[in-house]
Amino acid sequence: MSESAVSAPQSKQSFSLWQRVSGWVVNPWGRPRFLVLITWAYMVWAIVPVIIAVQFSFNDGRSRTVWQGFSTQWYWSNPDSIWNNAELRDALVHSLTLAAWDVLIAVPLGVTLALGLARWRSRGSGGANFLMLFPLVTPEIVMGVSLLLLFTQLPPFTHIHTGGLAQVLGHVTFSISYVVVIVRGRMFSIGREYEEAAADLGASPGVALWKVLLPLLMPAIVASAAIVFAISIDDFVISQWLSSGPSTTTVPMEIYDATRAAPTPATNAIATVMVIVTLTSVVAGFLVWRAFTRGQHGAKQSTMRDFAAFDV
Amino acid sequence: MYPRWLWPTFAAPGVIWLILLFLVPFYAVIGVAFGSVDPILGFAVPAWNPANWNTGWVTQVLGELAPGGIYWDVAVRTIEYVVISLAGCALIGYPVAYYIARHAGRTKTLLLILLILPFWISYLMRMLAWVNLLAPDGYVNRFLIWSHVLTSPYGFLDGQSSTVIWALIYGYIPYFILPLYASLDRIDRSYLEAARDLGASPFRAFLHITLPLSKTGLLGGAVLIALPMFGDYYTPNIVSGAPTTSMIGNQIDLYFHGGPQPTIGAAITIILSTFLLILMGYYLWTIHKATKELRSI
Repeated sequence: MSESAVSAPQSKQSFSLWQRVSGWVVNPWGRPRFLVLITWAYMVWAIVPVIIAVQFSFNDGRSRTVWQGFSTQWYWSNPDSIWNNAELRDALVHSLTLAAWDVLIAVPLGVTLALGLARWRSRGSGGANFLMLFPLVTPEIVMGVSLLLLFTQLPPFTHIHTGGLAQVLGHVTFSISYVVVIVRGRMFSIGREYEEAAADLGASPGVALWKVLLPLLMPAIVASAAIVFAISIDDFVISQWLSSGPSTTTVPMEIYDATRAAPTPATNAIATVMVIVTLTSVVAGFLVWRAFTRGQHGAKQSTMRDFAAFDV
Repeated sequence: MYPRWLWPTFAAPGVIWLILLFLVPFYAVIGVAFGSVDPILGFAVPAWNPANWNTGWVTQVLGELAPGGIYWDVAVRTIEYVVISLAGCALIGYPVAYYIARHAGRTKTLLLILLILPFWISYLMRMLAWVNLLAPDGYVNRFLIWSHVLTSPYGFLDGQSSTVIWALIYGYIPYFILPLYASLDRIDRSYLEAARDLGASPFRAFLHITLPLSKTGLLGGAVLIALPMFGDYYTPNIVSGAPTTSMIGNQIDLYFHGGPQPTIGAAITIILSTFLLILMGYYLWTIHKATKELRSI
């Protein structure tokens, strides 16, 4: 204690490297630098492994761990590439088809449900609200087991059995809630004023709904379509439980099977394609959302927040 | 201005869909779990009439979940993995969320984009990335050998509990940080200024203002990732595959995709869902409260 006090004056030059580093990190007066370090370290940890996995999809060899030069053979030319391997190609087509059907069914269902739930006030609406939120928090394996048993054991649902149709039905079931949450959030933020103004000016309820409310909801509808497409492409559990074999294998299922067997960089390549598809869809949704909501009250700060808070 | 029947009519298709494909399936699970098994062919014979329910399978599974039973180890391991992963997520996630909410300044938008990015990278891709990195000749082993920490490659993927927990943290932490960030971002800074004006140290201000006000986000995030973790089977399968690291989800997966015994699988699913219903109820209740506040504005 006293020693440090005595040595304090001449310690200006004799800071050790450690002291300097620790002084920079836990500087109590400036910005909390150890938080800066943790945050950026977290970001690197979260993103870089995926970048390395993408890098190995361009490997000029069969290894996914040793870099042997750049090549696009796992995308096009190699017999096991996405382009030439029928299994991978079919999986990609099946994933995209499934996601498209999911969007086509879940978005209209979700939008009407959101409209209903946001405005409907009576007994029953509370229960419907709870029912809508439940799929968001139900572990996927529970949904997978229950849908599998529904389609294989409980008549008349057994006519559907497992396969592509069952997968579409399952995907729509977990997607509806996302659409409802996004669209309903937008409804709360725009309020009723615009429709009331339209009604005051003589619009019938149908016109107010179709010409006023629907255009205002458009950004949320587009955003929810993008998000549903993305979560459908990325889904593994429901697709796996409701699959009926090779013809209904999706890309995540291919990756799962490949990591457990002997994967080649083609696995990384198809995973990369999937990431690109998902990110493109979400970024497109975000850009549309921003273009639509530009200039609206408080749009600048809330755009990011609305888009980020999709899951609550 | 709108006719009263309009909104329930709008809600009807979605509600009917969810009843048929979300609620009724649970009845299918109950019917199978409380049914019987064909004595010769071994397939499930569901009992759809509650009068014919046979509780034998469910009570048998419950007995095996008790200490000494065949599922006891798996159940304990599942809870251990989830609790350790939650603690890991909190230790890494809280500082990150706190920094982005409070101090990020001009880098805030960039950091938020990076924070959301993993949401849109398939979970399977993120696991594949670690399988590549942790392979015997992967970057991690080569780095550890290069830096003389190891002399020969370590079998990270040969059934290590630590690898499974690492993968669980990596997989689920984005879903934990985001709600936590949202709750930290909402805190009114004037409370902190008041605390500091009244003489509280930064640490005391954190302990008495920030931490309690972020409790909802912390618990919400924890529940949000605990639920899928309790049902996870793919993460242990991908990064380990050994029975010594299997979780309760693997047990269910095994009874459906391994040697099919759907009756036992359904019984475990029912017990797991009942246990998780408490967590789900808590989470839905907080969302419900938040939605009510939104409506009242």
